Amino acid sequence: MLRPTTPQEVQEAVLTHPRLRPRGAGTKPTLSSPQEGEALLDLSGLRGILEYEPEEFVFTALAGTPLGEIEAALKAHGQYLPFDPPLLGKGATLGGTVAAGLSGPMRHRYGGVRDFILGVRFVDGEGRLVRGGGKVVKNAAGFPFHRLMVGSLGAFGVMVELSFKVFPRPRATRTLRATMKGLEEALRAVEKLRLLPLDLLALDLLPPATLELRLGGFPESLKARLERLKALLGQEEGLEEMEEVAEEEAHWQAVRDLRFLEGSPIHAKVPAGLSRIPFLEGLPLGPRRYLDGGEVLYVGLEEEGLKALKDAGIPHLVLRGAQDPLSPKPQDPFFLGVKGALDPKGRFPLR
Amino acid sequence: MGFLEELKALVPGRVLTKEAELAPYESDALTAYRRRPLAVVLPERKEEVVAVVRLCHRHGVPFVARGSGTSLSGGSLPVEGGIVLALNRMNRILRLDPKARIAVVEPGVVNLEVSKQAAPFGLLYAPDPSSQPVSTIGGNVAFNSGGAHCLKYGMTANHVLGLELVTPQGEVVRLGGEGLEGVGPDLHGFFVGTEGLLGVALEITLRLLPGPEAYHTLLAAYDSLERAGEAVSLVIRAGLLPGAMEIMDRLSIEAAEKAVRAGYPQAEALLIVELEGPKEEVAEEARVLRGVIQESGAYEVRVARSEAERQAIWKGRKAAFSAVGRLSPDYIVQDGVVPRSRLGEALREIGRLSRAFGLRVANVFHAGDGNLHPLVLYDGKRPGELERAEELAGEILRLCVRLGGSLTGEHGIGVEKKAYMPEMFAPEDLLAMERVKAALDPKGLANRGKVLPEEVHA
Repeated sequence: MLRPTTPQEVQEAVLTHPRLRPRGAGTKPTLSSPQEGEALLDLSGLRGILEYEPEEFVFTALAGTPLGEIEAALKAHGQYLPFDPPLLGKGATLGGTVAAGLSGPMRHRYGGVRDFILGVRFVDGEGRLVRGGGKVVKNAAGFPFHRLMVGSLGAFGVMVELSFKVFPRPRATRTLRATMKGLEEALRAVEKLRLLPLDLLALDLLPPATLELRLGGFPESLKARLERLKALLGQEEGLEEMEEVAEEEAHWQAVRDLRFLEGSPIHAKVPAGLSRIPFLEGLPLGPRRYLDGGEVLYVGLEEEGLKALKDAGIPHLVLRGAQDPLSPKPQDPFFLGVKGALDPKGRFPLR
Repeated sequence: MGFLEELKALVPGRVLTKEAELAPYESDALTAYRRRPLAVVLPERKEEVVAVVRLCHRHGVPFVARGSGTSLSGGSLPVEGGIVLALNRMNRILRLDPKARIAVVEPGVVNLEVSKQAAPFGLLYAPDPSSQPVSTIGGNVAFNSGGAHCLKYGMTANHVLGLELVTPQGEVVRLGGEGLEGVGPDLHGFFVGTEGLLGVALEITLRLLPGPEAYHTLLAAYDSLERAGEAVSLVIRAGLLPGAMEIMDRLSIEAAEKAVRAGYPQAEALLIVELEGPKEEVAEEARVLRGVIQESGAYEVRVARSEAERQAIWKGRKAAFSAVGRLSPDYIVQDGVVPRSRLGEALREIGRLSRAFGLRVANVFHAGDGNLHPLVLYDGKRPGELERAEELAGEILRLCVRLGGSLTGEHGIGVEKKAYMPEMFAPEDLLAMERVKAALDPKGLANRGKVLPEEVHA
């Protein structure tokens, strides 16, 4: 196993190994387990926040930095990672989150990991240290290699350093749970809510018929917003508010850590969308939750469920419990061109 | 059959070759640069674009895709002996799906048109470059256009969910999809901002968002530019996230007054802050903002009490650019970015440079995201003044990079700033860009001569 602690050591490791598999904390084993002929590149030694200017809404950290460390630093200044990275409580790292392209329930408010990444330094397949993007919230200079890293599984290089935009943390949060009569009614409610300027932090669907809505903002305004939300959902019964502040926070941390998947052998992320949900709900899926108004599904699966996704040609990313993470594998000429330019010898995944 | 004959056969009746027809395409909004293309093609369907790109590839003829030609960095400057693909006729919104909150558009669709069509559903397309009544989505995609709301909402890349494009070698590729998340590399996110060097977008899927329920718009007057800059920092330190924060200096205030009589107070600097969101939330934020602005040393504060008053506040800001343009026969506009906390320092230094070069510089800028817009005023008829203005503009760019910012926040590198790329990027960074370019466009045909400096190899 290789455990570099500097970008230079990453460069050396890349140049001396024909095939590598980068790993942060290993919270997504399907992505980070070495396959035949691959050397494991453990990036947990590349750890630490390099720059953090709360007033800039920007930080830069080494790729192997655990998200928890970043969250704590931000929280001390009343800020947070708005894309709500999953598996934070399990030790997940910044780099692993970018490579997997994962965002959590609060992505509903301001967007996902792709909307907050500002810059990257990575070691390409020729061992060169390359920078893309920058450390300011607005920047249109040069090819945006930082965006290329999102969801890349490390295909184009080993990330060593990342810069992100952050936002002020909501001063208070409240959560409402609404139970509908069935899937159809729940989908109609989600469709309606998505079109309204409610600024919800999270809008999750727990099939078949439960919605969880999280609000954030000034404590003084939340009460009124919550009342309006209740009126909007138009039902007295089936509405339940999480009263305890600590319970509410713990609940969403558990969701973010994907604890609802823990009983299943296979964990996957599936891009969904309202129109695809009825079809997905017909497949043999295990415990699951649709985040962000139905946009993305995190699901626990048995072999049968994974096969059903494959057979139906539904794109998905397996985080745990299978050999291959990504289906389908990108094979278009655009991908192949970029891959060939940055990793001509095929040292990295998706070769 | 020669290249031109084949071209005319592919796009019958819509190939311009006469001098008078070509003239409007010789330059974009960066009028100091001009090139005469071999021909201008006006495709109406994506199949025609693909066919033309393939023909160019076969003959080794460079091509430049162009929308409305509003690029301020010379991004759509033609290549001599090459062709221009003018995509304005491909201006259909192919699908607007409120349930999915997306619009699928052709590249020639004008930015503002998307929001107009989405408005009946309570939705909008967030990126709002000042050029939005004219500029096209295809151009916005190429340059990752921004606007006044980038701190909160991001830039064009954040609102593009998927793309169909033709690579410089004529292959048609679909990247991304219709949802907010996909799996696999964010290739569509990577394509946005590559300034047309890696292909031509044929169809673009855009994210739409619900429009805010309420606004709170405030105008504050300061006796110095730095004080206004400091006020922005105070707003951020108070934990607020305004939709927009804009600053105008005295020169631009005066120009805007002359042009549209916005009724602004006399000031060295004006700050506009706009909060937006659910009405109860905006009310609470407005309370905090009032305290912050009081503390910031503003000597006059106006709060819009109606939509008409809000529009009045924005009117001068929106007109400022063209208004300043009228103060001078010519001007260069830069759009470098500095970390927000260095705004005061940057403005002081720009003032010093302005005096040292003996040229007026007006400042109108997106303060929330540190995106400066210094307008360097000059008279092109006076010998040497253009060169001096360019040199001054270059010094401002170097300053932005030195302060830890960027060469460009939204206008792109184009031809104008490519010589400055080595100031911001190391040779390895630029080589990586070159390698990607060479892999996708081995003949170097797509928007040749932009972004990448001539001599990378240090």
